[in-house]
Amino acid sequence: MAGIPLILLAAVFFPGIIIRTKSIVSGRKGPGILQPMLDIRVLFGKGSVYSTTTGWVFKLAPVIGLATMLSALTVVPFANMPALIPFQADFVFFSYMLALGKFFMIIGALDTGSSFEGMGANREALYSMLVEPAFLILLGTFAMLTGYTSFSDMFMAFHVSGNPIITVFGLIGFYLLVQIAMIENSRMPIDDPKTHLELTMVHEVMILDYSGFDKALVHITTAIKFAVYGSLICSSLVPAEWHPGFQILLFFSVQVAFAVIVGIGESFRARNKMQKNAQFILTLTAVAMLAFLVVLIVTNKLII
Amino acid sequence: MPLLFIFFMVLSFGIFALRKSFRYTYTLFILIASIALTSISSLFPQVLTPSHPHFLTFSAPDSLSIFFILIINFTALTAFLFAGGYLKAYFDKQTSLRWSVHLWAYIWLYFSMILVVILRDGFAFLVVWELMAVSSFLLVIFEADDRKVLKTGINYLIQMHLGLLFLLVAFLIAGEATGQTGFDGLKSYFGSHSNILVFSLFFVGFGIKAGFIPLHTWLPEAHPAAPSPVSGLMSGVMIKMGIYGILRVLFSIQSDLFVIGLIILGFSLFSGIMGVMMAIVQHDLKRLLAYHSIENIGIIGIGIGLGVLGMATGNNTLTLLGFSGGLLHVLNHSLFKSLLFFNAGSVYQATHTRNIDQLGGLAKKMPYTAAFFLIGSLAICGLPPFNGFISEFLIYLGLFKSFPESSLYFSILLLISLIGLTLIGGLAIFCFTKAFGIVFLGQARSNRVDEAHEVSNGMLVPSILASAAIMAIGLGSAWFVKPVMKITSELSGAALPEVFTGDLLRTLSRISLAGGVFIGLVVIIAVWRNYHLKKRIVTTGPTWGCGYTGGDEKQQYTATSWADNFSALANPILGTKKNTVHIGENVLFPGKRTFATHPRDLFKSKLIEKPIDAMLSVFKKIAFMQTGQIRHYILYAFLFMLLILVLTIFKIL
Repeated sequence: MAGIPLILLAAVFFPGIIIRTKSIVSGRKGPGILQPMLDIRVLFGKGSVYSTTTGWVFKLAPVIGLATMLSALTVVPFANMPALIPFQADFVFFSYMLALGKFFMIIGALDTGSSFEGMGANREALYSMLVEPAFLILLGTFAMLTGYTSFSDMFMAFHVSGNPIITVFGLIGFYLLVQIAMIENSRMPIDDPKTHLELTMVHEVMILDYSGFDKALVHITTAIKFAVYGSLICSSLVPAEWHPGFQILLFFSVQVAFAVIVGIGESFRARNKMQKNAQFILTLTAVAMLAFLVVLIVTNKLII
Repeated sequence: MPLLFIFFMVLSFGIFALRKSFRYTYTLFILIASIALTSISSLFPQVLTPSHPHFLTFSAPDSLSIFFILIINFTALTAFLFAGGYLKAYFDKQTSLRWSVHLWAYIWLYFSMILVVILRDGFAFLVVWELMAVSSFLLVIFEADDRKVLKTGINYLIQMHLGLLFLLVAFLIAGEATGQTGFDGLKSYFGSHSNILVFSLFFVGFGIKAGFIPLHTWLPEAHPAAPSPVSGLMSGVMIKMGIYGILRVLFSIQSDLFVIGLIILGFSLFSGIMGVMMAIVQHDLKRLLAYHSIENIGIIGIGIGLGVLGMATGNNTLTLLGFSGGLLHVLNHSLFKSLLFFNAGSVYQATHTRNIDQLGGLAKKMPYTAAFFLIGSLAICGLPPFNGFISEFLIYLGLFKSFPESSLYFSILLLISLIGLTLIGGLAIFCFTKAFGIVFLGQARSNRVDEAHEVSNGMLVPSILASAAIMAIGLGSAWFVKPVMKITSELSGAALPEVFTGDLLRTLSRISLAGGVFIGLVVIIAVWRNYHLKKRIVTTGPTWGCGYTGGDEKQQYTATSWADNFSALANPILGTKKNTVHIGENVLFPGKRTFATHPRDLFKSKLIEKPIDAMLSVFKKIAFMQTGQIRHYILYAFLFMLLILVLTIFKIL
């Protein structure tokens, strides 16, 4: 419950921290941390230009995108406070809600009739399809380890420290969540938001035709999505029963650290070759199976 | 009640006596009357006690039958209402006799399906099963002037009889041993004999109808060939009769449950994943939907397979959730698949093509059709807040809840099912963004779209009904899952603890709440957007062309190019053929070139066409014996008798 305002607050700063990190690393003066939000304000002030090819699907897509993101927030817990609407296997709802948003962004891009946007949409559809198993396997292992099936209960029962094997699991989980967040947000190893060539874009090219209000919604959705994954990462790292004040502090530290990791990663890393992306994403499923193996050992099902 | 039902069946022959223009209304009248009769008598069994028990005494509708009767009733009604509008275009083209035969076959397909789920006696069951095959065959070959349609129809009929053969043998084996041919005798048979053999026979027989890969080859041919309302009915309901049969047999099984569960789960995972993979590379809209039926049969089967495994290992939760997920998906699939087929039919009627690559931009010309197709697409992808999500969620929940207490190998089994289910979900999204996006969005890809316009209001009514049902299940899932859960527990014998139901219903109502939150948010943001844009300048312009202004509809993505990056990954399995001549290095002025892809069904070519070819080549070699001269044939007969004589002398025969 308390998580939602915190996540929204983190989302305000998240894109700014990434940009700021990148500017510091590359030795530029760079914009302020709030610049992305100011950009969004500018977008809200503007009118819109719609392509004559587009119809109601194009206009509906960003609205649905933001709505799915916000409703996915209702199942995300914070520390020892359960989510707004927690239920069994709510992470399936979470994952499918994000998929619904993506579905609409994809068909929104197809509505423009542009070859570039079709290309981006096509790539995004393929990548998000491939990443789905990794996320649910990871959550399945959490369920197996803790014996619970909702985000709120799982994170409450999960302690990353204590057992060294569980720490290994925690690290794998951390790695997976970071990588999944990068793919879901179309960031570095999969997609380069900085690229200026439409042919090499994935997510950016899908939203080329949006302007004004709609584009602002798309940006807000992206920022929240980052912060949500940051929150999941935080929950998997920080034991739930620690003091609430401490929790909030750690929450923001994790968010900042996550944003800095994204920024540094993007400064030093080159984007994958487009054909390699599928392979890269499937590797994550393999890593998730590794996490599964670790949990099999922890729960004494596999005795070595 | 049975008497009245038989009376309606007799009445249906009146179709042939009526004037051509009255026949549809007359059939509709009989259909509605029978639907009312069967619905009322199955929902309120106490109201209509059978007054003539000697009629159809072998029928004893239990909760499973009632569940299927209601599914059949809903889709039969919507499909027939849709047919009212859809068939108008054929009214003058088709002869009077064919018109009657089509309507008659429709109502008899309905009757036979109802009887299939009611009758328990083996031979009676097989008779109505056969009736179902024949009437659906007559429906498929409605446009028999097209040789291809007729060929497809005959292919369908042959495969259905192959299935019938398996069922007949299975019933006979069981009947021989127990003296009671039919579903009721199975329990005592399975109690004293090996379970796997007879179950496998049943599984193959019913699996051909349901369309499990590799028994599916009739399905992607017959669905596109049939008129759309018929495809909707066949895909939505008729193939589920196979599932009904499998369930009926399953609940009599006494031993070997684990192996049987594994068989079902394995075939289902394979069908689910392969079905959707093959769907992605199709260009024919209805064939794409047909392959999706195979995928959905896979999902249903995963639920059932997990349920059986739960029964085998004594895992109550998995039994209940697996079976309920599978059963609910039967209902859900009948709703969204018929909805999709109706709207694909509307598209076909408006553009006269099913080739996705020739469509595009239809959302502007047919906004309602587009909206309904979108609802169907979202539902079939299992996205919230639509009904497909609920049934898939139940299966997921069963999986996740079973993870903690299951053993090593069982955990791995669950993991494989989980990966399969998520992959199917992801692939379905990939496929339906294509199906919806290429057909309805962007610019028209050929001039076939130019003349398209929205279908009549009458043809939208069935879509409204189906969409309403989809939304009702998606948002009010608790009301639908509760009875399904009860049926499951009744049949599988799994206890239904209060705590479990309470927990589940709470979960479902929370899902409804979250779905409600989502819809509320959409409305709020949309209103905000409208209010916001009213004060701003909104203009229109061309689509961003990256500085190039000559872009046209030819440069858009097509169904083929959409599938290209996927088929690059999956081609070793799919074997899609690309026919094109690449431009050589030293060619200065390349001439006109063509490009075509041909999606293949590997199972069809490897498992059916290849053996048939081999068989035909053997027959061709033997054909030299057929000389057409009577003395040769007398010689053959003589040689045969000689052979028998020799064999008898040496006491071999």
